[in-house]
Amino acid sequence: MSAFDIAVVGAGPAGIAAACRAAENGARVVVIDDNPAPGGQIWRGEKSEPWIERFKRSGAVLERDTAVDERVRQRGAKLILATGARELFLPFPGWTLPGVTGVGGLQALIKSGLAVKGMRVVIAGSGPLLLAAASLARSKGAVVRLVAEQAPGGRVTGFAGALWRHPGKALQGAELILTLIGVRYDAGCFVEEACGEGQVEHVRVRRGERAWEEKCDLLAVGFGLVPNTELAALLGCDLDSGFVRTGDWQQTSVPGVYAAGELTGIGGVEKSLVEGEIAGLAAAGREADAERLFSRRASWKRFAARLQSAFALEPVLKKLAREDTCVCRCEDVPLSELKGRASWREAKLQTRCGMGSCQGRICGAATREILGWGADSVRPPAFPTKVRNLIESKSS
Amino acid sequence: MPERIRIIVDGRELHVDRGVTVAAAMMNAGIRAFRQSVSGEARGPLCGMGVCMECRVTINREPHCRSCQTLCEDGMEVQTR
Repeated sequence: MSAFDIAVVGAGPAGIAAACRAAENGARVVVIDDNPAPGGQIWRGEKSEPWIERFKRSGAVLERDTAVDERVRQRGAKLILATGARELFLPFPGWTLPGVTGVGGLQALIKSGLAVKGMRVVIAGSGPLLLAAASLARSKGAVVRLVAEQAPGGRVTGFAGALWRHPGKALQGAELILTLIGVRYDAGCFVEEACGEGQVEHVRVRRGERAWEEKCDLLAVGFGLVPNTELAALLGCDLDSGFVRTGDWQQTSVPGVYAAGELTGIGGVEKSLVEGEIAGLAAAGREADAERLFSRRASWKRFAARLQSAFALEPVLKKLAREDTCVCRCEDVPLSELKGRASWREAKLQTRCGMGSCQGRICGAATREILGWGADSVRPPAFPTKVRNLIESKSS
Repeated sequence: MPERIRIIVDGRELHVDRGVTVAAAMMNAGIRAFRQSVSGEARGPLCGMGVCMECRVTINREPHCRSCQTLCEDGMEVQTR
């Protein structure tokens, strides 16, 4: 017998929206999240965010914990997975140097107190997240030397030109661009190497035949997002092209288990919110209310599809790693040891690639992109935990 | 103004605002090498959101703590090796 009607894993936009809609309809809701504050990576506890305010008033209980295995299913009669996404990293020479972070990583670090005033920052990779990170860094006093977008200029302007279909997004984009006047934004270029002694000091940027150096104190790189499907896979939810497969009510293939947000398809905060709302309403038995949100969800899914095609990765980015470039950062496995392996499993057995403490979260996605194979199975615990925790909960 | 608290990193005293993570506090103090990789390379925070484990340090004698997911607490002792 669960103490809660609904357990939600993840307190980002999807999880918060799900929890609000369910709790506001009388369900007893617990939300499990391992971050210091609710809001996920995008809001990271921002006090001004209305959804976080609403969440605090909703009656849902927030519990700081890491859901490591299938026992989370026992926490509520129904379970909503809203485990979000992490960044995709593609290995390139120098990417292991301190001072090289993710693009979302830089945002997360700034929001958790990193002072960037006066620091020279290069932001590289792909997608609107680059602009959001540049805007945040600049607002905190960083000198943003360059925003290097890998997608060719034509694709970027085509995407921006289609934003009228989503007026809210067009306005957001315009506001963002106003904060970036004077910052150099170059499309069709990428960072091919990070250099420095003990930390990043400069990067080599390339566009076609031309390459140049940019000095920097921090390099933020991000090539898109990878869904966090580990827990869903452990629970037996069917995946489709790497994402959790969901139906009209955001239900997964496992009865009583729902999924919402980036883990069902990368699409940003609005798609996550509306999917979360639908999941929360459906799990609380309010299907009729959920159904009214279907058209909004469809609209944000179309936006997601545009985003994916506009910022699809150029093949050259998957060939930046050299023979001696580290691919698995936990076990220090270079590309030369991985080339020619038939599968993720063979690589693990022969090289320890993917067997370190991130459990293949970084190199699994990277090898899928650059070598055509990648992490294919999940074993509990889905996240490193203390033996004490496993013993305590097994015996309880 | 946020309350100022004190943490100790490798014997060095840092004064930080309450609400800041250990990773941010260390980077603000100029620390870039958070751990040594298995082949001895210096590594620091990459993902910033608790996934990559590159920022792990020993906090109050507990090894392998993710500094990016841990808020500073007054008197906290941090070791990078």
